[in-house]
Parts: sequence; C-alpha cells; structure tokens
Amino acid sequence: MNDLSSATPAAEIAERPESVWQLRWQRLRQNRAALAGALVLAILVLFVLAAPLYEWAYGLDVNDTDLLNRFRPPSARHLLGTDDAGRDVMARLMYGGRISLLVGLFGALSAALIGTLIGLVAGYYRGRVEAILMRLTDGMISLPLLPLLIVFAAIDLQKLGFSEEFVRSPAANLYRIVLIIALVQWTTVARLVRASTLGLMRREFVLAARTQGAGALHILRVHVLPNATSPIIVALSLSVGEIILLESTLSFLGLGIQPPTASWGNMLNNAQELISRAPELAFYPGFLIFTTVIAVNFLGDGLQDAFDPRGDSAH
Amino acid sequence: MTRPLVELEGLTVHFAMPRKSTLERGPGSVLQAVSDVSFSIAPGETLALVGESGCGKTTLARALVGLYPPARGAIRYKGTDLLAMSARERKHTRRAIQMIFQDPYESLNPRLPVSEVITEPLVIHGIGGRAERALRARELIHLVGLPQDALNRYPHQFSGGQRQRIAIARALGPAPELMVADEPLSALDVSIQSQILNLMGQLRDQHRLSLLFISHDLAVVHHLADRVAVMYLGRIVEIAPRAELYDTPSHPYSRALIDAIPRVGQGRRSRGRSIPGDLPSPLNPPAGCAFHPRCPKAQPVCRNEAPVLAPVATRPLQFAACHFKE
Amino acid sequence: MLRFILSRLVQSLVVLLVMSFVIYGLIGLMPGDPIDVMVNSNPGYTAADVARLRAQYGLDQPLLARYWHWLVAASGLNFGYSRTYQQPVLAIMLPALLQTAKLVLIAFAVFSTLAVTLGVIASLYRGTIVDRAINLLAFAGISIPVFFLALILIYLFAVRLGWFPASGMFTIGGPQSFADSAKYYVLPVLTLTAAFGGSFTRFTRASMVEVLRMDYIRTARAKGAGPTRIVLKHALRNALIPVVTVLALSFGSLMGGVLITETMFAQRGMGKLIFEAILGNDFNLALMGLLFATSATLFSNLLADIAYAWLDPRISLT
Repeated sequence: MNDLSSATPAAEIAERPESVWQLRWQRLRQNRAALAGALVLAILVLFVLAAPLYEWAYGLDVNDTDLLNRFRPPSARHLLGTDDAGRDVMARLMYGGRISLLVGLFGALSAALIGTLIGLVAGYYRGRVEAILMRLTDGMISLPLLPLLIVFAAIDLQKLGFSEEFVRSPAANLYRIVLIIALVQWTTVARLVRASTLGLMRREFVLAARTQGAGALHILRVHVLPNATSPIIVALSLSVGEIILLESTLSFLGLGIQPPTASWGNMLNNAQELISRAPELAFYPGFLIFTTVIAVNFLGDGLQDAFDPRGDSAH
Repeated sequence: MTRPLVELEGLTVHFAMPRKSTLERGPGSVLQAVSDVSFSIAPGETLALVGESGCGKTTLARALVGLYPPARGAIRYKGTDLLAMSARERKHTRRAIQMIFQDPYESLNPRLPVSEVITEPLVIHGIGGRAERALRARELIHLVGLPQDALNRYPHQFSGGQRQRIAIARALGPAPELMVADEPLSALDVSIQSQILNLMGQLRDQHRLSLLFISHDLAVVHHLADRVAVMYLGRIVEIAPRAELYDTPSHPYSRALIDAIPRVGQGRRSRGRSIPGDLPSPLNPPAGCAFHPRCPKAQPVCRNEAPVLAPVATRPLQFAACHFKE
Repeated sequence: MLRFILSRLVQSLVVLLVMSFVIYGLIGLMPGDPIDVMVNSNPGYTAADVARLRAQYGLDQPLLARYWHWLVAASGLNFGYSRTYQQPVLAIMLPALLQTAKLVLIAFAVFSTLAVTLGVIASLYRGTIVDRAINLLAFAGISIPVFFLALILIYLFAVRLGWFPASGMFTIGGPQSFADSAKYYVLPVLTLTAAFGGSFTRFTRASMVEVLRMDYIRTARAKGAGPTRIVLKHALRNALIPVVTVLALSFGSLMGGVLITETMFAQRGMGKLIFEAILGNDFNLALMGLLFATSATLFSNLLADIAYAWLDPRISLT
C-alpha cells in the first residue's frame, strides 16, 4: 500500500557530528586568555563565598569596629590587618566582593532583560512602536553615562513616595544600584535584539508559523528568542565588567553602596586620605576590582569570538 | 458543478516602496506584484501556477495564506470572503489552507527537533493534547516516508529532500483541504525532485487534497496538474486544462514557455528556445498588454489596450488574455 | 548631503529638548529644594513665609508650568543663578568649559595618536608577542577603574617620587608660565590616556586586520608595492573610518572619565562642576551642566555620523 519508504531515508540522513553549541564550546576552550579569565573568576567566587568560613576560623565579625586597633599591619589574628575603623580588612574584602559581584551579575541580567524585551517588541511590531522605542534607545545612548547615573543615584526616593525606613535600608540601597545601572545599560542589548528580531521575522520558518495564525507570544517564545540567544549572551558577558566598574565608581563617590555595607568601591571612599597613612588599604580593593574586570573581559572576549557567526558552519 | 473550494476574484497585491529620503514629497513608487488575478480551485483539483521568477507567483501564494493583505479584490474560501469572516471562521481557514515553502533549509526552525516542527501547527491551533500530538507526529513522519527516529533529530541533520518531506508532514498535520506548494522542488537536486513529486501526488490522492502547485518549470507540472494557469508580471495570461495547454497553448507567452522545454531526441528543438528580452520591472510595467515588448505577435493595439481573459474560440475551457490568441 | 545634516540636526535638537524636560524632572527629585535650604539656615521663617517664598519662586506650580518658565528663560539665554556661587550660571560655566576643553583636547591628541599607532603595530605583527603584549596592555586599560588608576598615579608619581603635583591646575603664587602649568596636566592626561586608549587600540587593531585581509590590499601587494606603502596609503585610510565614528560615539563615557579625573586632581573643569552641583543641590547649575554634557555628546554623535557618511563613499546618505 505504502511504498513511500522506497526513498531509503535511513541511509541518507547525514549525521552532523556536532551541534552548533559544541563547536562554540570547542572554540572557547582553545582561547587560553578566556580560560585564564574563567579560572580567575572561579577563584574569586570561591574567595567571596568563603567569607563566613573565614570569620568562623578567625573568630571575627566583619562589622566589629575597634577604634583602639586602627591601621594595624597584618598579624596572626588579622591576615591583612585592620582598616581605619579597626575592622578586619580580609573579611571586608570578602564581603565587599560579594556585593560587587552580585551587582555586576544582577545588573547585567536586569539590563539584558529590559533590553531584550524592548528589542523584541520593537522588532516584532515594527511601525510606530519600533520608531518610538528606537528613538528612546538612541536618546539614551547619546546621554553622558556617569553624570546621568550620579543624578539617578542622588534622587531622594522619599519624594517618590517611599517611606523613610525603606529608603534607608541596605536592601533598598542594593536594589536601587542594580536598577539604575540596568536603566542605563540596556541599550546595547536592545539594539542587538532588535536587529536579530528583524532578521528572524523574515525567515521562512517564522512565516510558516504566521500562516498558521500564531500570535506574538508564540512566535517570540518559540522562534525568535531561541535563535537570538547568542548576541544576548555575548552582550551580557561584556557588560558585566562595565557594570562592576560603574558600581565601584559610584560607591567610591559615596553614591553607591552605603556603609557600613562593604563593597570594593566604597572601601576606597576615603582612599585619598589613606594614601599617605596606609596605601595598602587603597590598593587591595582596587586590585581586586581590576582583576575581576580583566578576567571578565577576557572571558567575554573569548565568548564573542566563539559565538562569531562567521565561524559557525553554514547549514 | 460543485462549489469551488477557493476562489480568487480580481486579487491585487501592491507593495509601497520606501521613499528615497524623508524629505521627498508625494507618494512613493508602488510595486504591483499581483494585478487583477481571478481563478478558482475545486475540491480535489490540482491547479498549477507557472511563470518566470519575479512574476508574482510567490506573492500570490502568500496572499492566499494570509501573509499579505490584498490591495483590491477578494479571496473566498467556500464562498466567504476571508476579510469578511469572523475570527473563528478565519482560524478555520488557516487550518484548511496549508503552505509548503520553497527553501527547505529555511522553512524549518533549526532550534526545534523534528517532532516539534511537525506538531507546531497543531499546537498553534490547539488541536489535541500532548499524547495525541505525539501520536500524530509518528503517523505523519511515517506518511512521508521517514523513519521514526527522525522525530528526535534536528533539521540540520537532514538533506534537502528529507527536509521537504518534514515540511510536507507539517502541512498535513492539521488535515488541510488545500495545500499551496510554492516551488517545493526548486531547491532540490534533480534526482530527488521526482521522489518528492511522487510523494506529493500520492498524498494528494490519499487525502483528497486540493493542490495549488507553483513552479517555474512546466515539465515538472505536467505530472500533477489538472489545470494550468500561466502568470506574467502579476497577471494571469492563460488558464486551461492540462492537455489543452501543453498541446495547444493559446497565449504567445505560454507557447514560448512550452517551446522552451528541453525535449530529448528531437533535433533542432531539443535544447529548447528561450524567450528574448528580460522581465520588465514590476515597478513600471509596460502599458497595455504587459507582454507586448517581448511578443513576436505584438501590434499597436497591444500597446494601447490591455487584453482580458476570455475563452478561446473553439475550446471554451481554455482562457487567454491576448488580442491574437489562437 | 545638506539635507542629511539638516535632518540629523533637527533630530538632535528634538532629543535635547526631550532630555531637558527629563533632566529638569530628575533634578527636581533630588533631596530638598532651594527653599528648604533657605529655611534651614534661618529659623525665623514661619510657615506663611515659606508658602509666600514658594509662590514667589514659582515652586508651588506643577512641573510642566515650572519647566515652561525655565524653557522660556533659557531660550533667551537666561540660565538662572547658581546657588553655590551666587553668580549667573553662565559666568561659572564658561571658565570651567575652557579648563575642560584644554584637558580633553590634550588627552584626546595623546591617546588617539597612541591608540592608532599601537593598534596599527599590533595588526601588522598579528599573532606575535608584540601583538599579545599590546593587547594585554589595552585590556588592562579597559579594566581598571579610572579613579583607581588616578590613585595609583598620584601615589607613585606625586607622593613617592614627587615628580608631578598631586592636584591643582597651577602653582598658587608661582609663575603663571606654560612650563609650570604643564606639569599639572601630566598625570590627568596620563590617566585619561590609559583608561580610554585601551579600547581604541583594540578597535584600531581589529579594523586594520579586517582591512588588511581584503582583496584590494592583495592587489596592491601583487602590484609590487612595499609593505609600508600599502599600510600607510590604502589600509589606514579605510581602517580609520570606523575608528573615527567609534571615537566620536564614545564621547559619553569620556565625559564620565573627565568627571572623575577632574575631581581626583582638583581641576576646576565642567566635570567637577557638574558633580559638585548635583551633590550640592545647586539646581540651576546642575541642570545646565547636565544639558551641556548631553548636547556635547549629541553633537559628537552627529559629527560621527556625518564624518562616517562623508569618508566612506560606499555609504549612501539617503
């Protein structure tokens, strides 16, 4: 009855040995700088995670001030000595690192989320919506970044209706930093995602779905987003470094993470005074920021090379 | 006479071309992709639509499945204009009319496994639950002659011919009444083309489908078609039952297309004769009869007056748009 | 071409107008307002006084009305008074602008030359240790926070070695000579160069590599042109096209770097002015300072677009 199998398809199926993701992973592995970056990052993450362990091992609390023991050099009790308020420097570096890394990661993720949403909507709906969103994006790109962040950071949240208690809480402080950074960083991802969406909407498998009457949600979720992940991932990894730098700058200026919560940036708050008294205290946090960012940049650069569409083999 | 399944009446599809600069005044130029096309397809009938690249066949197909809005004219499904339908009726026609695209490398989402590619229309239309869809997927993959384990693979692991089979399986899923095949063989190797052609013919017979088969190749079409429509620069210039078109083409363009078919072992005509000149730009079609610049029979009246589709004198089922039709 | 410039100019002006409203609103959200400060410093004010003052200064009106008044005044070039300095805003801004311009121009000249040179060298010696070293250096520049770099430079060259002054623009009471003020610029320029030279070096290198790969370079080589001639004549001009645009487009982050540098080295430029105005709730000055920074960025973006369109004959403007 059915002689359709005369085509012997079983023998014909050309087995491609690797998927696209495997190719990318291979390319990434060959990039030694990227691997070094990944290793350094792994060490740093372990370092900051070990904070409670360190406190327990040395019988300390990171917030203990001891004004009789300021600026002590490294000792058996305080591995890196004490700071200008008598607190253990090592513990502060570890906890500060958590904040800096968290802000970097969540800032990047939030920025990517906002940017992806805007890019998808602009690329899908076209027309007026796209024009408005793109003008908005272009407008934001043309703004001076740091001055704008400073203004955002200086805003009095109480004027917006938040209670005083909330405004002063460390949690609110953290959310605020992540939010304002996301608000200025989403533009790169938005542009990339819009470009991807525009290209994808024209492809025939999307047309096929539209002939079935598929709605925006289905098309964006099933067809556009999965095919747009590579530019998003690359943009995300490259922005983490930038965000860590932004947070540390803001905290240094006194506008970011507020003491007593430590962040590598605000540990440098009074650095210019420390320079003469105890220069190492200024050096440690700065060095850690530098190391983290350069590791992230090498890794992000490696990802970008690995995901380069010219390197992907054509179907 | 049974009521036609699908009827096109005066269908016109235009594209507005973007202006060269935002400061230009007046309307921009208009690309007339499809102009005043009318034909119908009966249930179970196979209508072939042939013409050169760029004549508007793909645009017509896409307008039929709802991707482009008509500038003028009507598309009727079982008597009701698509634009006049309720949302529910419209949804139903989207199931009943399915499309197979030209490029098998582009019409399947590379990120989805074949099982999801095939069942996507079912998901969109909300047909059946998970288990039913899985069963249907197995059924469909078997119908197109691929093994069951193909369901777990990804499109890039298949050849062009196999991908086209997958596309056919996808189109069959919602149990359509009309399949629109837009040059389904053009991207395939010649040796594979006949396999896919046979497959389509068999499936059509088994499921009693209507088929709108679009191609630039008259030789391929000969196998499947009941009737053939010839398209030139967005217009139907001839429409006739298969035998009449191949044996006694009426419009000069159809005649030229037939002559261009390479035939084995016929001496001087074996390589086929090509049509002189190039296809004019659809942004600026010739006045009167669109074919007149390339037509061996052109007369002044052809430049002044556009001919309409009318039956040929002795063969009433054959229609041609020519002042000098045979 | 003229049409293109005009339409982009109009677009930029519209963006500037919208941003002026946004910034006006944001500044209004900063803690306190001018009346609060007055009241806090003089306990004699009663509630009635406060209400009267508010009405007098128009602070009891809704946002749009206040914005409109400001806009009308601004179009007449009346930008209001700076609260901190008790002088018209314009009078404060102009000397600061001059100072920043000096710093930016010098730094720009230094880092663009350096970046292009290093980038070209790296592209010519692609894959060798020279290339890797330059790449590492560039990455280091990109990855270091500007304020930390400034700190290190201050510590090394000012505190320990004493070669250059740690801050200021000129020696107080000293000779107002060029040589004297020159040494005050060394560390700030070095800071900006290290921070911004990195990304341009990488970009120049990538652009050159791309160009060198292209067919017309191989053609020139085949014709017998020596390597130096090829580089300088053909490749550089084409490679510089994207570099020029990127240079202009990164003006926004340059402003941030300038802000930090001026603050660290206590130079009375626009960056420091804006920063202190925001923190000091000097509304008028902060508003004008931010608008200036925005328009400078918009303008440089416009220049970048025009330069790009003009330099690359392949790009059609329409």
